[in-house]
Amino acid sequence: MSSTLPASQPDSQLAPRATVRAGWQAWLPLWLMSAPALLLFSALVLVPLAMTFALTFYRFDPMSGPIAAFDLHNYAEVLGSSYFHTIFLRTFGIAALTTLLCVVTGTPEAYILSRMRDPWRSLFLLVILAPLLVSVVVRAFGWSMLLNTNGLVNQLFGLFGAGPFKLEYTTFAIVIALVHVMLPFMVIPVWTALQRLDPQTENAALSLMASPFTTMRRIVLPQLMPGILSGSLMVFGLSASAFAIPGLLGGRRLKVAATAVYDQFLSSMNWPLGATIAVLLLIANLVVMLTYYRVLERRYARSMG
Amino acid sequence: MRKNGPLALTFHSFVILFVLAPLVIVILVAFTPDETLTLPTHGLSLRWFRAILDYPDFITAFFNSLKLAFASATLSLVVALPAGLAIGRARFPGRGFLNALLLSPLVIPGLVLGIALLRFFALIGVTGSFAWLILAHMIIITPFVMRLVLASVSGLDRSIEHAAASLGANAWTTFHRVTLPMIVPGITGGWLLAFINSFDELTMSIFVTSPQTVTLPVRMYMYATESIDPMMASVSALVIFITAGAMLLLDRVYGLNRILIGQH
Amino acid sequence: MSFLTLTDVSKSFGDLQAVAGINLSVEKGEFVSLLGPSGCGKTTTLQMIAGFVETTRGRITLDGRDITHMPPNKRGLGIVFQSYALFPHMSVEQNVSFGLEMRDIDKGERKARIRDALALVRLDAYAHRFPRELSGGQRQRVAIARAIVIAPPVLLLDEPMSNLDAKLREDMQFELRAIQRKIGTTTLMVTHDQSEALSISDRVVVMESGRITQVDTPYRAYERPENDFVSQFIGKANMLAGRIVAREGDTIRVDLGNDLAETGSMSQLPERGRAVGVGDAITLCIRPEKLKLCAQGSGRLPGRVTSRFFLGSQWLYRLDSRAGEILVCCQNEGKEPLAEGDQVGIDWHSDAIRFIQQEGARV
Repeated sequence: MSSTLPASQPDSQLAPRATVRAGWQAWLPLWLMSAPALLLFSALVLVPLAMTFALTFYRFDPMSGPIAAFDLHNYAEVLGSSYFHTIFLRTFGIAALTTLLCVVTGTPEAYILSRMRDPWRSLFLLVILAPLLVSVVVRAFGWSMLLNTNGLVNQLFGLFGAGPFKLEYTTFAIVIALVHVMLPFMVIPVWTALQRLDPQTENAALSLMASPFTTMRRIVLPQLMPGILSGSLMVFGLSASAFAIPGLLGGRRLKVAATAVYDQFLSSMNWPLGATIAVLLLIANLVVMLTYYRVLERRYARSMG
Repeated sequence: MRKNGPLALTFHSFVILFVLAPLVIVILVAFTPDETLTLPTHGLSLRWFRAILDYPDFITAFFNSLKLAFASATLSLVVALPAGLAIGRARFPGRGFLNALLLSPLVIPGLVLGIALLRFFALIGVTGSFAWLILAHMIIITPFVMRLVLASVSGLDRSIEHAAASLGANAWTTFHRVTLPMIVPGITGGWLLAFINSFDELTMSIFVTSPQTVTLPVRMYMYATESIDPMMASVSALVIFITAGAMLLLDRVYGLNRILIGQH
Repeated sequence: MSFLTLTDVSKSFGDLQAVAGINLSVEKGEFVSLLGPSGCGKTTTLQMIAGFVETTRGRITLDGRDITHMPPNKRGLGIVFQSYALFPHMSVEQNVSFGLEMRDIDKGERKARIRDALALVRLDAYAHRFPRELSGGQRQRVAIARAIVIAPPVLLLDEPMSNLDAKLREDMQFELRAIQRKIGTTTLMVTHDQSEALSISDRVVVMESGRITQVDTPYRAYERPENDFVSQFIGKANMLAGRIVAREGDTIRVDLGNDLAETGSMSQLPERGRAVGVGDAITLCIRPEKLKLCAQGSGRLPGRVTSRFFLGSQWLYRLDSRAGEILVCCQNEGKEPLAEGDQVGIDWHSDAIRFIQQEGARV
């Protein structure tokens, strides 16, 4: 489960409090309160991440494991090999497709939900969001059952005389299952944007003689854009680093970045290479996110704040 | 507000169907009397639930997950509550950094955290330790506790505490008789959410668990990559039921929609 | 010739009847207010005219055309919503331009009309700002500009001042009236603030529980309230219960109890009231500013000041008398006011009295 972007997080939750002016003694109790958390996170997040980054420069000896070194041949290997090119392309292709499908499904659904009356509204919102709390393994397994050759989807096709199609271990299966898992992450920010939307603006547009379609296009959708973009970023990031779904539904031949890392770490034992793939994935993710975020900021900061 | 037309409602039905399909099918297949993955079209059976009992691996994994979730959620609360209170109520140097750090696991892929911790544990020689696994889980779930503590604290009406003070209460009394009761729903909700997330956690755990400390999701993943039989469905069904139970509790305590989206 | 006519318009939500049989004719260029407490049906009536709520019964006619079942985006009315409903992602200029774009007005004419509308509401310099950069009063003016730039046949205002603070509200009331006078658009305003309705409307429609109780000019509604509700909703009133004890031609004599009696004429009864006879219960109503305070011992009714309130231009006194609590309003003439506990005499002109009939009171 993830949240919205880091930069938008801190300030929305931290209301300004009176500045404590007295010198560092006044801050001591606050630091003491935060100390355990700081210690835990420094030791288990900052240090390991730094170590992993260092690991990417190591050499790998199949006999003895990682050897401390400082060369870039791991990076060269990943960035140069067509095998890894395919993997990264597949990873980001899947992520992009998943994001697109989530936008196209999640946005209208959130809008339809916002127009329902309670109790339906709360109920269906729950139905859509609750799967977030069920383990991803269960959901992936459910899809593998639905999509395998004897599964329900093929049986449905069979009713119409079509198929059976081989759906398991395909990119299609991965994308469908990812959309299923990521949908709540799109619905939540769009829903939040909808809550902030003044329903009277739609009526205002109608009174000014706009058709319902024009109202949707020029009044509702622009107001939802920040939510849609925020959701897209989250879905893209999570999909690109997804492990369980591609693992279970992609089979041995359809590798994505996450499963490739797994292979290196737990089969080949080539930790430096695995670390390199992961770091590159992280960097690529950050680049995409930052670019999108810049677009968000520039276009909407003035009007939507 | 205009109502949804028939087109909208049809679309909506498909989406709901899509969302529920894999979960419903898992539950249905769990009750199948057959040998293979089929729907229980002729009678329900508990045979695949009973089959779990023949797999001590699953039972061990289940209890591992339970213990792990309980311990990490509780310890996470102990660590995150004071930090959350400090961050949420006062300004001090380092506050922004601390806040970002404690929420960072939400933006760091589980994959990356997994390999980072695997490497770290290997270097300090604690691979396979349950205690360190708890610490690892704490990292993942602290953000959830933190967010809820922060939300509860920032939603507090400061003037209520001022009222208590004006009526003669000292700082400790105000805290444990006025402030704490007001943030208890947020804290409990945070604990439950953390528990659920720890119980479900897969990606990081796959790297960090060892054969002795395998958690249920990891065991299920391993099993599913090798063979697919209805027992996987029955285990999954059990997981769904447990999660549903936890969600009901969460809803009672704090409000499910509130936790998932913020104020509803 | 009525420009906007509501004939027997009603609205029910299930068992709840929000609006029951409204009949209203608004003349071209008139400024009419729908005035009443929350829940009286005024907003629902406005929404039916705008087309956002379907009528259960009745007809709405605009300039001869029946618009009862016309969808809201075909009616072409100018609406200022209570929350202003500005498009947050558009600048002030784009907001005002929207209605013109929907009518396919070409760019040149659009620019000219937007300029004029913004000049009318004195926001010329703000054309490129966004709503969130504006104050409440400025947002309201954008909403007004957006509604009038399309030159609508009717302008509908839904509690336009309710989100403004008191001082701004007063200023905006006058400005709104001035704008309306200038462009001459037929205007219908919904409000619960009676002083606002009185100060700027040509006519006031007082509503209660889904029905119209009185339609009159502000002055007449104030001076000649038809019933209890109107007399107490509009302005303050002293109400004394009594009984008609004698009637001779045009004159009636009313016994108010406590050794008080009044004589009045039929012209002081509601114009559209029922016929009255001896023995009927009747209420004497007199406005606080029509009472005079004089020295103790003189006047018609002795009283004792229990509290006083300084309202700037006036002093409001609450007095205790044998007829109950009496409110008196005196102009602030810069003289020493009365103090609490003072004994005074209360006096009034017989002409200043109004009589109100009790609802359903019959002997």
